[in-house]
Amino acid sequence: MTAASTKSSSILPLAFDSIGYAAAGRDLLSHVSFELAAGVRTVILGPNGAGKSLTLRIAHGLLTPTTGKVKWRGEAQGAQLRQAMVFERAILLRRSAEANVDYALRTRGVPRDARRQRVALALEKTGLTAIAGRAARVLSAGEQQRLALARAWAIDPQVLFLDEPTAALDPAATRAVEELILSIASEGTKIVMTTHDLGQARRIADEVLFFCRGELVEHTAAEAFFEKPASDTARAFIQGDLLW
Amino acid sequence: MDEFLAAFASALDLLTTLDANLLEIVALSLEVALAGLALGAVAGLPLGAALALFRFRGRGFAVITLNAMMGLPPVVVGLVVYLLLSRSGPAGSLGWLFTAKAMVIAQFILVTPILAALTRQVVEDLWEEYSDQLQSLGVGPARAVPTLLWDGRYRLVTTLLAGFGRAIGEVGAVLIVGGNIAHVTRVMTTAITLETSKGDLSLALALGLVLLLLSLGVSAAAAAARDLAAGLDG
Repeated sequence: MTAASTKSSSILPLAFDSIGYAAAGRDLLSHVSFELAAGVRTVILGPNGAGKSLTLRIAHGLLTPTTGKVKWRGEAQGAQLRQAMVFERAILLRRSAEANVDYALRTRGVPRDARRQRVALALEKTGLTAIAGRAARVLSAGEQQRLALARAWAIDPQVLFLDEPTAALDPAATRAVEELILSIASEGTKIVMTTHDLGQARRIADEVLFFCRGELVEHTAAEAFFEKPASDTARAFIQGDLLW
Repeated sequence: MDEFLAAFASALDLLTTLDANLLEIVALSLEVALAGLALGAVAGLPLGAALALFRFRGRGFAVITLNAMMGLPPVVVGLVVYLLLSRSGPAGSLGWLFTAKAMVIAQFILVTPILAALTRQVVEDLWEEYSDQLQSLGVGPARAVPTLLWDGRYRLVTTLLAGFGRAIGEVGAVLIVGGNIAHVTRVMTTAITLETSKGDLSLALALGLVLLLLSLGVSAAAAAARDLAAGLDG
């Protein structure tokens, strides 16, 4: 489980080829195409209902698109096993904090001794060592989200999807989570994250995918997006004028 | 009324002096019920979890059938097991009819659908909550079965207690296949049936009190399991 061993054959870039998703007769995503490269922190922005979470879920394989195709490099077999996802509210097993991390490693077939070391490392990285033995579901929201990050980091994913990871957190917990995300990115993991917090997007994004009403409006370098957005909708969104 | 009071007094006497006959009957009852429950758990828990997690044709029908089997009439189960184990039946050569083994089989058949149906509900609820995360980790249904059984452990205690309640209080099936033979297959419920019809109320009442205490204990244990689950599940 070293970074070198799993990253030798990269599953990136990730390409969306004219993806559409419809539910109950409504098009929630239409004709979405983009390519995401390694080494770049991607933030998906857009108002509520724009299709941000949907895009993440389709990319991660939790949802099957109605039309179009998700392509990982070389149609990589088992690409999903090299990804992890952190949700808005951490979904934790009814076990101790360390058992939650251990479970994820067991799904990857990591042998027991290696697991023990990796679990300890993951909890140390996220500042949870002192509460390793506590029941995961009685931890605070911030601790729970850090545990979700520890679990994701432990399996050393090439791509880490984060769906509004700090939406339910207070400012201090948000900062801790952002620092962890940046640290994980600096170790070579591709970050793809949704947020509705523009300040957070500025702090994290190298590039921005801007969605509105199920369509990809812009795919731009972060600096350009925040300085001079190409579209009127993005400009309105940044100024806080875009309500739907 | 005097007769009833006298019977009640001698029932209490049997209980407080730990009458050997009474203890023997209580012990056999617990043995049979717990053995049926254990076998039922081995079969019913994975079965219920699998039914919650695997998608296949006819699943809806299987769920409905299982739920209906929770109400299997004990006398019918007793009759079927009797026919299977009777000398001319397919399993007659085992010689198990009118033994404790026959009673365990009958209770296993009665308890398994209850355990499976209640387990299915527990596991389905957990899956609803966990599905995003487990799918993200690449956990398929086969691997999710042990995961969710373990994570539902406190709620499954309640399920096991419900199964135990069914087994320990059941009379129809064990009477048919066990035959209520003294010192061999006489359990609390069959003894109560016999003693009552003989008019010997003191042993019946004493056993009835034990049964009531047991069901009180079961319900207290269920409440404790719920509290424990609430405390740890957050």
